[in-house]
Amino acid sequence: MKSLGKFVLFIGQLFVRRESFGTYARRVIDESIKVGYQSVFIVAIVSAFMGAVTTIQTAFNLISPLIPDPVIALVVRDMTLIELAPTITAIVYAGKVGSNIAGELGTMKITEQVDALEVMGINASSYLVLPKIIASVLMFPVLVIIAAFISIFGGYLTASITGVITPTDYINGIQMDFISFQVVFAMIKAIVFGFLVAAISSFKGFFTTGGALEVGQSSTKAVTSSCIAILAGDYLLAYLLGPLLTP
Amino acid sequence: MIQASHISKSFDGREVLEDISMDFEAGMVNMIIGASGTGKSVLLKCMVGLVKPDTGDVFYNDREFTRAEKDLQTEVRREMGMLFQGGALFDSQTVQENVMFPLNVLTKQTPEEKLDRVNFCLERVGLENVNEKMPSEISGGMKKRVGIARAIVNKPNYLFCDEPNSGLDPQTSIRIDNLIKDITDEYKMTTVVVSHDMNSVLQVGDRINYMYKGKVLWTGNGDDIGDSDVKELNDFVFAGKLMKVVKDKL
Repeated sequence: MKSLGKFVLFIGQLFVRRESFGTYARRVIDESIKVGYQSVFIVAIVSAFMGAVTTIQTAFNLISPLIPDPVIALVVRDMTLIELAPTITAIVYAGKVGSNIAGELGTMKITEQVDALEVMGINASSYLVLPKIIASVLMFPVLVIIAAFISIFGGYLTASITGVITPTDYINGIQMDFISFQVVFAMIKAIVFGFLVAAISSFKGFFTTGGALEVGQSSTKAVTSSCIAILAGDYLLAYLLGPLLTP
Repeated sequence: MIQASHISKSFDGREVLEDISMDFEAGMVNMIIGASGTGKSVLLKCMVGLVKPDTGDVFYNDREFTRAEKDLQTEVRREMGMLFQGGALFDSQTVQENVMFPLNVLTKQTPEEKLDRVNFCLERVGLENVNEKMPSEISGGMKKRVGIARAIVNKPNYLFCDEPNSGLDPQTSIRIDNLIKDITDEYKMTTVVVSHDMNSVLQVGDRINYMYKGKVLWTGNGDDIGDSDVKELNDFVFAGKLMKVVKDKL
């Protein structure tokens, strides 16, 4: 509870004594490149295999003459949009971006770079952390959209190559009983997860004390705490918004 | 002028600073000396607001700082420059970007004006043609000089230096000391230097405050330091073989 209170105060600190809009705009662009563009490759790789594996597993487990083949693609689409694209990508994102944020801020803290900002009269937490959170909230939904497309396309490629389902059935399947709220739901999750990863990792990094060992520990804690927060957030959102996914 | 008034600070029940009061004169290099662990750096951090003292206050030209509103603290801080022990350069930025940083964030100068000022400050600290180098590509002494350039780029009224000579060879140390002294004279700043390097103290210290176990035991200037009858100060000043020889000669 003490950590939670400290976290809430930390987030509150980000919005006081801010610098000019131009300063933040430049920082948000820089951070967006770091957290977004530089994460596309790993997200693409994970998503492609996620779609491929989901297609094969579903096809192997859904063998029944009563279930038409396009249902396999429908399952892949729903799993991707509702769960895999936002949640699995968020966990990968926590591993890559979360550890990077905590490591960077932790190193800045122990080498007095954060103190240097404070002495200049700059609100270090706002200057360093707020752009990271804004960039993450803006860029993570884009990564989720990319992940969803690549995952579904990965499923299509697997279907074509292995023949577990024909490409025509796959295309028909991903268009069956489509509920557009699934996309909205994925975007809500993406915004929440983007915020959680950046905010928690920044919090862990910003309060690092000690030396190189503690920076490593902060990075580990950032990833662990982010993953737990993502899963808890996923459960909460599923509980609150899940009923809206029914046709 | 800076006044530290009745500053006390404890960490986990251990009193690090005990009712410290000091005056730091404008246009002078004011030194805080003492052995490691006596609270010098904590006092410096209390003065710049990085650590909040349990009691007491710091005044900048009669402006209350420690317990002032955040906006006033920010206003005072924007008149400060600080050289950190390790330089504290932003390692993702070049030397030029580091020195230009305060101007980018805190001023509305044109890019040309900022570049002129950066080049002037880098020349002033004896660094040329290093603008595009990263902090990892320059030596420890150069990092300190870049740190000084960054500290003075926004024309501060108050300059703080935390162990400016740590990790430097004697010649580079003297160069850094002289630079701090020259800049203080040139800009009429109030400079506060924390050090335990006696060469440095005697080289540039206009006014010296000796701290021992969280208290100020002696205040004076470089000429008087050898005549002090404070045992702890004498033990500290004349700890080295060379200084003992100097004392015997005196």
